[in-house]
Amino acid sequence: MSIYQIIEKYGKKESGLISILQDIQKDKGYLPEEALSIVASEVKVPLSHLYSLATFYNVFSLVPRGRHTINVCLGTACHVRGGARLLDKLKRDLQIEPGETTQDKRFSLEAVRCVGCCGLAPVIVIDGNFHGKLNQKKLDKVLKNYE
Amino acid sequence: MNKEKSEVKTYRTHVLVCAGTACVSNNSLNIKAAFEREIKKQGLENEIQVVETGCNGFCERGPITVIQPDDVFYQQLEEKDIPFLVEEHFLKGRPVEKLMYIPEEKKEPITKMKDIEFFKHQRLVVLKNRGRMDPEQIDEYIGFDGYKALAKALISMTPQNIISEIKASGLRGRGGAGFPTGLKWELCRKSRGDIKFIICNADEGDPGAYMDRSILEADPHAVLEGMIIGAKAIGAHKGFIYVRDEYPLAVQRIRKAIQQASDYGLLGKNIFNSGFDFEVEVIRGGGAFVCGEETALMTSIEGKIGRPRSRPPFPAVKGLWGKPTNINNVETWANVPMIIQRGSKWYSTLGTEKSKGTKVFSLVGKINNSGLVEVPMGITLREIIYKIGGGIPDGKKFKAVQSGGPSGGCIPEEHLDLPVDYEELAKVGAIMGSGGLIVMDEDTCMVDVSLYFVSFLTEESCGKCTPCRVGLQRMKEILIAITEGKGQLEDIEKLQDLVHTIKNGALCGLGQTAPNPVLTTLKYFKAEYEAHIKDKKCPAGVCKALITYSIDSEKCTGCGVCLKACPVEAISGEKKKPHKIEETLCTKCGSCKELCKFEAIVIE
Repeated sequence: MSIYQIIEKYGKKESGLISILQDIQKDKGYLPEEALSIVASEVKVPLSHLYSLATFYNVFSLVPRGRHTINVCLGTACHVRGGARLLDKLKRDLQIEPGETTQDKRFSLEAVRCVGCCGLAPVIVIDGNFHGKLNQKKLDKVLKNYE
Repeated sequence: MNKEKSEVKTYRTHVLVCAGTACVSNNSLNIKAAFEREIKKQGLENEIQVVETGCNGFCERGPITVIQPDDVFYQQLEEKDIPFLVEEHFLKGRPVEKLMYIPEEKKEPITKMKDIEFFKHQRLVVLKNRGRMDPEQIDEYIGFDGYKALAKALISMTPQNIISEIKASGLRGRGGAGFPTGLKWELCRKSRGDIKFIICNADEGDPGAYMDRSILEADPHAVLEGMIIGAKAIGAHKGFIYVRDEYPLAVQRIRKAIQQASDYGLLGKNIFNSGFDFEVEVIRGGGAFVCGEETALMTSIEGKIGRPRSRPPFPAVKGLWGKPTNINNVETWANVPMIIQRGSKWYSTLGTEKSKGTKVFSLVGKINNSGLVEVPMGITLREIIYKIGGGIPDGKKFKAVQSGGPSGGCIPEEHLDLPVDYEELAKVGAIMGSGGLIVMDEDTCMVDVSLYFVSFLTEESCGKCTPCRVGLQRMKEILIAITEGKGQLEDIEKLQDLVHTIKNGALCGLGQTAPNPVLTTLKYFKAEYEAHIKDKKCPAGVCKALITYSIDSEKCTGCGVCLKACPVEAISGEKKKPHKIEETLCTKCGSCKELCKFEAIVIE
């Protein structure tokens, strides 16, 4: 779907902006500057307004992402069951911080708030697939499925 | 409408495969496919129907399948189990014991779901349809008396009747604060204005709470039905469901439900020929915790950044786009149809004097039976944790239960006999909140938990008010210092000062309640703070700067697993001889402890 079609879908009004940005993000994996410029001129809002939305809401990224996005859940249940240790391991193995992407563009790493799968804590979500009851060793096996 | 689906076909047996998020992540959709394949192979497809249901609740044991009407509960299934299960259970009539649930420290499997402790003590009102129907089929919802309450409300009740009924039921907001729902509706109804809105708050942000997601996934029509009834009572013709984008399955199910309800004429113009019009739109949230606060949520629907504004004016007077607006959370809306259908008298028999009905909790953390439970108000925390939850795993000692998310508090052992209701929880410094109950054991450090919540809130503070934005940052710095062994005794006093400044100075609920986790941990677990500050020790063995890893040479068998697992080569030793950890190299990542089967890794 082109950016113009996405804008059309929600109407050229302010209340549709977050939905428009969400769809662009889903389509492109991030919010490219050119896309934001088009939205700004079509919906007639300043580009700075879109920048404030894109930086306020956690779902948006202004930089391109890797082939796979790893979301490490840091909800309370995951926290008490070792979620932070999984994040530490990923930081160590991938040599990146949350919000960054590996040089080979294989993985982007994110630390996220509760994904609502607390019964299986600790949980990570890769490309929308949930992996629960993990420890550091199982995590290695899971990552092998994402090239 | 799908014609095939509308034909009434009766089956002797239903195979109810849980398709909640946790079970799906455990491969339940392939389990379902395997059941269908095998049942067809055995020529039983006209007798046995496989149904994909919403969350069963016992997430810990997924993937789950329940066979009805036999009520046989199968758990932790794998695809390879299914051919055997189908043959044994359906052809030979022998339920398969090895796939049944065996409680911790017991040997006998339990056959029937109703006999399992986890389910036995629950009282299902909101979750009554969980695990028994396909949430994507409106006909199944209708088959279980769905939309009957709506017909009653639209055809035979006036708006005032509906409001009186909700008021009499004693229903209070399930989002956290517990404001009486009927009164809220009445205020909005009485507000001046031709255009009014209602909103369903499904921006479930509390970490450790997932009941709203589960309700939307398991019974989306109940939420819609509640909203349509509420809209009629208030005089609104447009509603919004603001749901987290992180819940794709919930978004998909509620959208499908809206489509089906519209096709059946249950949404749109002139519903049930009553002359009443109502439509609903789904808005996906952007992943900002503060948007769970009602005024922030409304500015987010307007397409702005979600910052709270001061109240009054309350949303009932001036809400979305300045119009009178009524906002309730998912669980509150889902309670409404049952109250209208069965009457306020019935509903108010459940619960305590001031907290009526049931509450859905997500019982998670260090607990044997993790999952989603619905219990009558007034049940004690001890019953929830020990009877339903089966206690703490690995024989560890209970330390605290955290209730109410980042706005709530940590409740210690001494208050476990507290009956769960809004007032009682507030008395001990916690809140009901949306219903997360996170159990913590002796291996959980309460200073670390306090830091965890403060860090969470520091990041999620929208930044509008200084006490919240800066105050939380200062609290975080102090707590980091304490966990790193750099704390001073006067830090405790400083924390207490900050608690009051933030509580009194912040504009919205997020800020006003933000210090609660610090406040309750200071109140009940002060000794742990002092151990960090005075003795430079973390009694729970969590805070990295204050602990060392070593190997107990008597327990170590020299198997070499830890040596291989250590990412920094800090472990050395010959095969079959006790190994050693070089303290200066150790990063305390915990890899060795996770894998050691002999409990030889010691944290001090």
